[in-house]
Amino acid sequence: MKWDPSSMTLDQLDFARFGGHGGRLGIRFHARGDDWIELALPYSTALIGDEASGVIASGPIIAMMDMATSFAIWNQIKVFVPQATLDLRIDYLRPARPDRTVIGRAECLRVARSIAFTRGIAHDGDLNDPVAQVAATFMIPSGQYPRPSRSPSAAKEQQA
Amino acid sequence: MKLPPYAAVLRAEVERAADGTPVLLMPFHDGVIGRPGFLQGGAISGLLEVAAIAALHHALAEEGPESAGARIKPINVTIDFMRGGRDHETRAAGTITRLGNRVANVEAFAWQDDRAKPIAAARMNYLIERD
Repeated sequence: MKWDPSSMTLDQLDFARFGGHGGRLGIRFHARGDDWIELALPYSTALIGDEASGVIASGPIIAMMDMATSFAIWNQIKVFVPQATLDLRIDYLRPARPDRTVIGRAECLRVARSIAFTRGIAHDGDLNDPVAQVAATFMIPSGQYPRPSRSPSAAKEQQA
Repeated sequence: MKLPPYAAVLRAEVERAADGTPVLLMPFHDGVIGRPGFLQGGAISGLLEVAAIAALHHALAEEGPESAGARIKPINVTIDFMRGGRDHETRAAGTITRLGNRVANVEAFAWQDDRAKPIAAARMNYLIERD
């Protein structure tokens, strides 16, 4: 299955909705670049973890960052391959403000033969004032990650 | 024990182990699916976190009434995913490694059919704010 967010227009990404757990949480695409991708988690009272303050639980932020970091790998290798999260570490720098959409920005650090390394930042409006920082590692359950194509046309595109 | 609204999204409910400590039970449903037939990692992480916080509330209540009102704030979480979560019900329970005055170190495990074969484990550090 081909999945290449770099060739999708922003409009197409805007209309993309996820099923399953991500869909239940309201997670959607936000933006992407050559080497990063962003998802968005709109505020919802259903996601509250602390009723006194209205702050959302940290679970939905982990769910979004798990998805965002895994999309960052697909965005880099330009093909959809089933992969499993090996581990994920999250530092909660501060609570997300109630009523704010949380943006999850992720990038792929390296795709090795069967393991891929990523990092990500969650923020609620200002990338320089993050809510959380994440490091996640993924693996291909069987086999190995596809090698990036080294065709002359691909190399030319990368330079452009 | 009152769970936050987010636990209702997961449809997680509290069971009690024989010693009275909380065990979270989450059925398999559309709202927690990742790839077809499997739990989403975020749903497992969320369940682990709810289980850890439930264990912490339980431990604080055991300390006495002056601790019961303490606020719990997550500092960080590290999750290891050991097995894919299949389309079965999932249980999770937290263990308090250390409950200090300001910081609590908690471990949590999630399992399906066999508690000895966890599908995921988490280590969490929480800030405890006492009145």
